[in-house]
Amino acid sequence: MSSKTYYDPEDLKKFGDISEWNEKLGNKFFDWYGEVFKEGELSAREKSLIALAVSHTVQCPYCIDAYTVDSLKRGISEEEMMEAVHVAAAIKGGASLVHGVQMMNKAKKLSM
Amino acid sequence: MDKSLKSRKHHLSSTENQLTFLNNGIFASGKFQPFHKHLENQGHWPFKPSKLEIFQVNVGYMCNQTCKHCHVDAGPDRKEIMTRETMQYCLDIMEATKVKTLDLTGGAPEMNPDFRWFVGEAYRIGVQEIIVRSNLTIIMANPKYYDLPEFFANNNVRVVSSLPYYKKVKTDRQRGDGVFDKSIKALQKLNDVGYGVNGSGLHMDLVYNPSGAFLPGEQSELERDFKEALLADFGIRFNNLFTITNLPISRFLEYLVASDNYEEYMEKLILAYNPTAVSSVMCRNTISIDWKGYIYDCDFNQMLEMKIAVDSSQHVSDFDLEKIENRNILVNQHCFGCTAGSGSSCQGTVV
Repeated sequence: MSSKTYYDPEDLKKFGDISEWNEKLGNKFFDWYGEVFKEGELSAREKSLIALAVSHTVQCPYCIDAYTVDSLKRGISEEEMMEAVHVAAAIKGGASLVHGVQMMNKAKKLSM
Repeated sequence: MDKSLKSRKHHLSSTENQLTFLNNGIFASGKFQPFHKHLENQGHWPFKPSKLEIFQVNVGYMCNQTCKHCHVDAGPDRKEIMTRETMQYCLDIMEATKVKTLDLTGGAPEMNPDFRWFVGEAYRIGVQEIIVRSNLTIIMANPKYYDLPEFFANNNVRVVSSLPYYKKVKTDRQRGDGVFDKSIKALQKLNDVGYGVNGSGLHMDLVYNPSGAFLPGEQSELERDFKEALLADFGIRFNNLFTITNLPISRFLEYLVASDNYEEYMEKLILAYNPTAVSSVMCRNTISIDWKGYIYDCDFNQMLEMKIAVDSSQHVSDFDLEKIENRNILVNQHCFGCTAGSGSSCQGTVV
């Protein structure tokens, strides 16, 4: 069956299928993934917010869906969710802007 | 204020339409096996109860609120109210069988004119545990209810109160404008008489229902967040938080369909089916009584008008404990709500 779009929400449910073509590495990944999100020095709630922010930075629609639902389940408020996205956006924007220094350095070096 | 499905004559106010709807789509197409097949695959068919421990009585569908997710379709426009005569049958059963818990629900059970008589009599005959499921706002709704906290305390009632969130916006969105502020005031009044306070012996639990088409998160984590937030913001204390999954019936079903979330929500419930939750679902140790005195496997089956499957003893006037404890529990597709994830019951998660 061919899809007319690159992303299909149904594919998120099939994430586990990646192990079919390499069981050993797939299992290692999912075990590790599960371990990462367990309550540790950071709470599971904090980890969920980090994941939500990073999902926006890497612009992964599957991850955004997954961690929006996860945030709602954990009782994370809409205000907290949006603040997390702004943190992600600020880092992403800052990452572009800080390269302005490199631009300035180069321009200054080449200019009289 | 919104009206009930019944007064709007909504097609989902018919339980027959609800059951037809629930059995179409992903089940009719064969994409997923129906609930009873899941039990069958586990060797749990027919589905049998354990010892009866909780006698849950719905004393009427009248309520001062019209919550969007209400599985009872309760509201101010509902007039179904249990009579004192039916309550007396329930008390006689409690006395004869020594069932541990009498669990009163509604609607807002406090709005039944014989509510206080019922609770007082249950206390007098020595019912071990009396639970009242209070929506909280009723305590602030009218001066005649202002002394409910003292009444509860005097009758050693365990109060179980609904509060979907520890902040205003989400609470009011689900339960109506102003509900959060009134609920907070009511919780403070309950704290004032000792409810939820260590050493008082007065127990107060909160119930969390997700405000939308998603499953509840980890109960212990949510309880911790609720406790921290309610104490810091309002000085409120409580004992336990029960997370309850919204079952796809009545007004929550209406919401799921209207918001185009129905199929996805059902799939979430089915995919989260937890075989270990099955042995602890509440229909195994609970029965539910409606305002007319008819008996059901649970409050949800009551709302779908699925009376218990026994040839007699379907009514409190004809109660037979042996038949009740040997019955086959009736299930349908809404039951996936009680076996999803950590399971769900009126006492919160089950695993």
